[in-house]
Amino acid sequence: MGEIKQIKNLKEFSTSVERFQGGHRLCPGCSHSIIVREIVNATEDDLCISTATGCLEVCSTIYPFTSWDVSWIHIGFENAAAAISGTEAMHKALARKKKGYSDKPMKFIAFAGDGGTYDIGFQSLSGAVERGHDFMYVCLDNEGYMNTGGQRSSSTPVGGATTTSPAGRVSYGEKMQKKDMTAIMAAHRCQYVAQVAPSSWKDLVKKAQKAYQTPGATYINAMSPCPTEWKFDPSMSMEVSKVMVDSCVCPLYEIEYDPQTHNYKYTVNYEPKNKLPVKEYMALQGRFKHLFKPEFSHVIDQWQRDIDAQWDYIRRRQDAGV
Amino acid sequence: MTEEHLLKGWEEFEAGALLFSFEGDPSQRKFHENNSIHHSVADWRVLKPVFNEELCIHCQFCWVFCPDTSIIPKDKKFGEIDYVHCKGCGICSDVCPTNPKSLVMFANQTPIEEALRNWPAKDEKKKENSDG
Repeated sequence: MGEIKQIKNLKEFSTSVERFQGGHRLCPGCSHSIIVREIVNATEDDLCISTATGCLEVCSTIYPFTSWDVSWIHIGFENAAAAISGTEAMHKALARKKKGYSDKPMKFIAFAGDGGTYDIGFQSLSGAVERGHDFMYVCLDNEGYMNTGGQRSSSTPVGGATTTSPAGRVSYGEKMQKKDMTAIMAAHRCQYVAQVAPSSWKDLVKKAQKAYQTPGATYINAMSPCPTEWKFDPSMSMEVSKVMVDSCVCPLYEIEYDPQTHNYKYTVNYEPKNKLPVKEYMALQGRFKHLFKPEFSHVIDQWQRDIDAQWDYIRRRQDAGV
Repeated sequence: MTEEHLLKGWEEFEAGALLFSFEGDPSQRKFHENNSIHHSVADWRVLKPVFNEELCIHCQFCWVFCPDTSIIPKDKKFGEIDYVHCKGCGICSDVCPTNPKSLVMFANQTPIEEALRNWPAKDEKKKENSDG
């Protein structure tokens, strides 16, 4: 296990040698690259990364260029976790069998969008976690298939207008509840599961380092505001992310599982001083514009109740220590 | 990147390789010819960020939140803006905490001297908001 990189403040962090280069073709203001930079720069160990098909893979490796300064592998949409678990097993086996093979600590990360995690990549993720490979899985959750023009996924929240759940006179958009992936991964007995947002960089870096240090599979759900399909100005990405955290739409929390005692430990890492109403979060985005019509106001009220209940649930689990 | 290089077939590229962490002096760093750092996305830009040295407090918020690695820090301070990879999204200007901002978006064709002359004045409204 490598040493933890000391990152106390941004000035110290800014001396990192960049491992994800510019020149990629992600949309201006995309949060994906912000999250990726914060995660890959949080360690100095060698990294091996697999990426599922999605915005990040498509935009960072356009022929003949690559933006990655780390070992990188891509296979398919559904098997980012399978690819990284195979790579990790190979690394372990070679280190054991072959003399002269690098015995430096190596960290394994899988990046996938919410399509590659919640829907298509779920079986390979579930299998890789169950087999207990030592890797970190990062879901860049932008709540839809944004790479192909914004179709709904099982991560799209209620009321969101997408091209396959359009809002109009009859429908208010997406009707299904968002899947609680963080809880599902905790139920897999991952030793470390966390939810992060790019605007809270310190929290993100800390959680990434914790995940690097935890043996076994770890899962990080990173909410990633998407200017193109959430329909807001590119410069507002971090603003949206901040409001998302302050309105508890994306509560920053972590779940640690102790395999000895079978105990779950919830920790809320950030409690907003002034909890904002979800209305403010929705007002920033064009995909919720139609909900402000009087006939759809019940959706916003329902949202507020759901978010409050979820926030209350996490805090109750924290207080109970189970 | 030469044209000849772009016409390479898939079988002529390097086979999979292990890339180790970079160690040494970052200013002496050399990149592979296939690294996207050699690709310019400057033509995406409509607005460009202009940096005002006098107002900067070197907090590095712009560095950490830049999606395109276009803020290049130097010795824990603001170094320079990389206009080859900047897409002009405006996040750096949005997260800048100083008042008036030390990074402001101007039209891409504005010369930097002219932009510095037309710097916006201190925003009084911001103060009222933070009180209330």
